[in-house]
Amino acid sequence: MTNKVLLGDEAIALGAVHAGLTAAYAYPGTPSTELLEYLLVYAREHGGPHAAWCSNEKTAYEEALGVSFAGRRALAAMKHVGLNVAADPFINSALVAISGGLVLVVADDPGMHSSQNEQDSRFYADFARIICLEPANQQEAYLMTREAFDLSEQFHIPVMIRLVTRLAHSRSEVHLLAARAENPMSKPADSTGWTLLPANARRRWRSLLERQADFLSYSETCAHNALTLNENDRTLGVITTGLARNYFLENVDDLSVAPSYLHVGAYPLPVEKIRQLAGHVERVLVLEEGQPFLERLLRGIVSPPAEIRGRQSGHIPPDGELTPDIVRAALGLPIRKGIAISTTLPARPPQLCAGCPHGDSYRALKTAIEPFPGAAVTADIGCYTLGALAPYGAIQSCVCMGASVGMAKGASEAGLRPAVAVIGDSTFLHSGVTALMDAVAADTDMTLIILDNETIAMTGGQPTILPSSRLEKLIVALGVRPEHFHVLNAHPKHESRNAEIIRPEIEHKGLSVIVMVRECVETARKKRKVKTPATASVATAAEVQI
Amino acid sequence: MKYDIIVAGVGGQGTLSVSSIIASAAMSEGLSVKQSEVHGMSQRGGGVVTNLRLSDKPIASDLIARGSASMILSIEPLEGLRYLPYLSPDGTLVSSTNPVVNIPDYPELEALLQTIRELPHSVLVDGEKIARRSGSIRATNMVMVGAASRLLPIKPENIEHFIQKSFGGKGERVVETNIKAFRAGREAANLV
Repeated sequence: MTNKVLLGDEAIALGAVHAGLTAAYAYPGTPSTELLEYLLVYAREHGGPHAAWCSNEKTAYEEALGVSFAGRRALAAMKHVGLNVAADPFINSALVAISGGLVLVVADDPGMHSSQNEQDSRFYADFARIICLEPANQQEAYLMTREAFDLSEQFHIPVMIRLVTRLAHSRSEVHLLAARAENPMSKPADSTGWTLLPANARRRWRSLLERQADFLSYSETCAHNALTLNENDRTLGVITTGLARNYFLENVDDLSVAPSYLHVGAYPLPVEKIRQLAGHVERVLVLEEGQPFLERLLRGIVSPPAEIRGRQSGHIPPDGELTPDIVRAALGLPIRKGIAISTTLPARPPQLCAGCPHGDSYRALKTAIEPFPGAAVTADIGCYTLGALAPYGAIQSCVCMGASVGMAKGASEAGLRPAVAVIGDSTFLHSGVTALMDAVAADTDMTLIILDNETIAMTGGQPTILPSSRLEKLIVALGVRPEHFHVLNAHPKHESRNAEIIRPEIEHKGLSVIVMVRECVETARKKRKVKTPATASVATAAEVQI
Repeated sequence: MKYDIIVAGVGGQGTLSVSSIIASAAMSEGLSVKQSEVHGMSQRGGGVVTNLRLSDKPIASDLIARGSASMILSIEPLEGLRYLPYLSPDGTLVSSTNPVVNIPDYPELEALLQTIRELPHSVLVDGEKIARRSGSIRATNMVMVGAASRLLPIKPENIEHFIQKSFGGKGERVVETNIKAFRAGREAANLV
């Protein structure tokens, strides 16, 4: 078949299509967003598979689970912190009798390029006791995705594909294979395998534990976990996982003696192969992108005979991404000299776009809140988090999707008033709504400001799950008092008037909600471009692919 | 043969177009390519960088190691200087002279340009001026591809072919502007 240049995300998307995918669900999140975006375009051009954005990662995973329940192949995609949101259905789905192949793609972000932490999803796969595949390049991403669906059906478990930013957002040529047909629809014959009442759940949990031996035997024998022992040298053994293999291969030719070498691309860990390597050498260097998952298990509590070096031992930085140079240093090779620069260059941090409505909203909020220097302003995940930086300095927290609302409630109840929460429209629909219900029930003394730019701007302008008009109805329907609910136009010309409306609501000793509406400037620009392609100026990929 | 390029600029300047056009042209000549990009938050008006690797052998790492890039191709002078530790002593910094001043502590431009001129190998072109003359300031990125094409191990006509392909959907005028910008950039680099 043909070759195609694909991002890591796209290689997975196409691998899923060629594996007979029936449906895929996701919530946008860097670096996973391009996966579903690719499927949406593919589906439009080919009439399938079904691909849809969802309210959040939990609903995305549950919808994928339903497709599997119907005997067909499904995929859910999310960034690493999204799996925290979807953890409930994910962990439990390991206990059900998966019939149609179910693949969870999680894109981790070591180095936190666009995230609030660098958690390593391999811990989740281990926690759920399922198989995880970790591709190291685009070709593997494509092939492993196809295989993951087969493994899911063979072992009746969801299978995780763990990606990292550098693969998700790196492009290379992929060799494609013939596509497989979709599964026919088939309802599970025995519903006890899907009904996790305690009695059934205990049986299913025991079954999952019994099947661990099968997963291990797969991992010990599969080609993804390849061991090469150097019979002539016993000093160094290297274990790489995922992307670390690339950096090792980049440097290995500069070593005078080739070390014994094990690559791990499939989990559970191939313990026998690891024992063989560790037994053969004096020192083991563990190179893994992410947290010291393998190293920690390898190290255990009692010191093993071989010396182990890795992130936990301090031989490799405990945080951040791996690079060819970090691996080079860990292998004892000198770093090549680049060109030195004598002066310190100022950083250029990201910032709100020129004309961004969030900037106008923040200016109005700052004017409104001026008389209350002790006010708490909690905020959330999105472009508007940049309001923490100069020149705005308008917000004081950013923790996870939806946290602003609950945190403002808690702060207010602890006596820190006035309390203001700032959240974007899509983040509010993702997981702010439930906390607002709490605030309505308690009529908490707080003000919720929803910055409604009518899109999911941060990840490139995906549509929100509900349009603005319905967002307003939803808030009123929750029981927010109409006299303390305002919809304002976030235009600079209304700035002082907006501030005049916001201030008394901050002063009000109960719950108030303000929606500040104006379309994202980037989304508006893209819409104009689509309408008048002939007059459009040069578009850059950077502008359409955030 | 191995040719590592760091493509640098500010979000919105078109660094991804630069990378993908060079990458496509390289692949059409049978080279292996890896193109590692930055998406997401860091791209919002901040500095952006692409690691573009070309080789006649399979490429393992998506990232370029220190001291090993053959070229830094920068659409903005400050962003180009940022990656000097990655430039091989034999490598060249190809940069536009036009600053994007969206930070309060932007250094004095002339000092930046002087630093670039004093490098062992550098090419400086006034990308914006040449782009404007070619029809649109938005084509500055293609001026820079033109300037770089003097050194790239790829035939210029192949690069032009992919400029054509890449902008084809936006009408003939846009294609023409970008081809013109590419040729003028190539010409300007020759004079340096």
